[in-house]
Amino acid sequence: MMDDMLTLGPKTFSSRLLTGTGKFASKTLIAPMLEASGSQMITVALRRVDPGADNENILSYIPDSVTLLPNTSGARTAEEAVRIARISREAGCGEFIKIEVITDMQYLLPENYETLKAVEILAKEGFVVLPYVMPDINISRRLQDAGAAAVMPLGAPIGSNRGLEMKAMIQRIIDTSRLPVIVDAGIGKPSQAAEAMEMGADAVLVNTAIATALDPAMAGSAFAKAVEAGRMARMAGLAGQAEDRPAGASASSPLTGFLRE
Amino acid sequence: MKITLNGSAVETDQADLSALVRAQGLDPSSLVIEHNFDVIKQEKWPQTPVREGDTVELLNFVGGG
Repeated sequence: MMDDMLTLGPKTFSSRLLTGTGKFASKTLIAPMLEASGSQMITVALRRVDPGADNENILSYIPDSVTLLPNTSGARTAEEAVRIARISREAGCGEFIKIEVITDMQYLLPENYETLKAVEILAKEGFVVLPYVMPDINISRRLQDAGAAAVMPLGAPIGSNRGLEMKAMIQRIIDTSRLPVIVDAGIGKPSQAAEAMEMGADAVLVNTAIATALDPAMAGSAFAKAVEAGRMARMAGLAGQAEDRPAGASASSPLTGFLRE
Repeated sequence: MKITLNGSAVETDQADLSALVRAQGLDPSSLVIEHNFDVIKQEKWPQTPVREGDTVELLNFVGGG
């Protein structure tokens, strides 16, 4: 497993767990979480300052060794996402950008069409573009043609901890995509992260479940182990699972040569 | 003069971006400024005049997923 690396654009990562900086009770919990989880990439968001509020720079809580993944949250159109991406790069956050375009305020589900338009523009400008999308193999193919560095289908709505609600459609993407597939959003516990990796996902992105745990560092470590276990299971080529085997048992010890009669 | 600051029309006498930041009582270290849709590096703030009708966004990076 030593050289089993995740490649996103020009960078390679040994960790397949991406994390986020949202919802931590204290920003000081972020660095210990990164240390414990081994996560090498973390998301941040760009917002207008709130005069009079705590405008502490989130970037100062993230070790330099960790790659920043600014997101375009708040964008409702491709144009807004492109603007946020350009500001983030100009502000020194690097080439990576998570495209997140949302117009549906009830479920916070991503708008694939605007997302694709933003990817087309930003990939041409040299960004390493990671688009967050509704799981759909057609969008996955188009994102590939548009120059995305990965496709990030959601497991379930953001912050819902509902796990892999989109499982079947995510599997179709994994089976057809030439891009790395990163399952983002909705993963609420390590077993769900492991399941995504067993299915063949290349990585997962987990924010809420880690950040809102009583002990985010321990939760980060638990997710890291689950991601690694799921990845190893996938690489090991586990034999057929329940859905493609006949019902009933299949003995694992010989059914002859018993010590009787 | 009138400018658009973070989406709102405001009246200001501040002559440049540095003065504008000070007048808002903001910590410059964590700030990103977009001035008429261009990001201006911190060392350029004192030399960047604020003019009637300008659009200024005072931004920072926050926690997000």
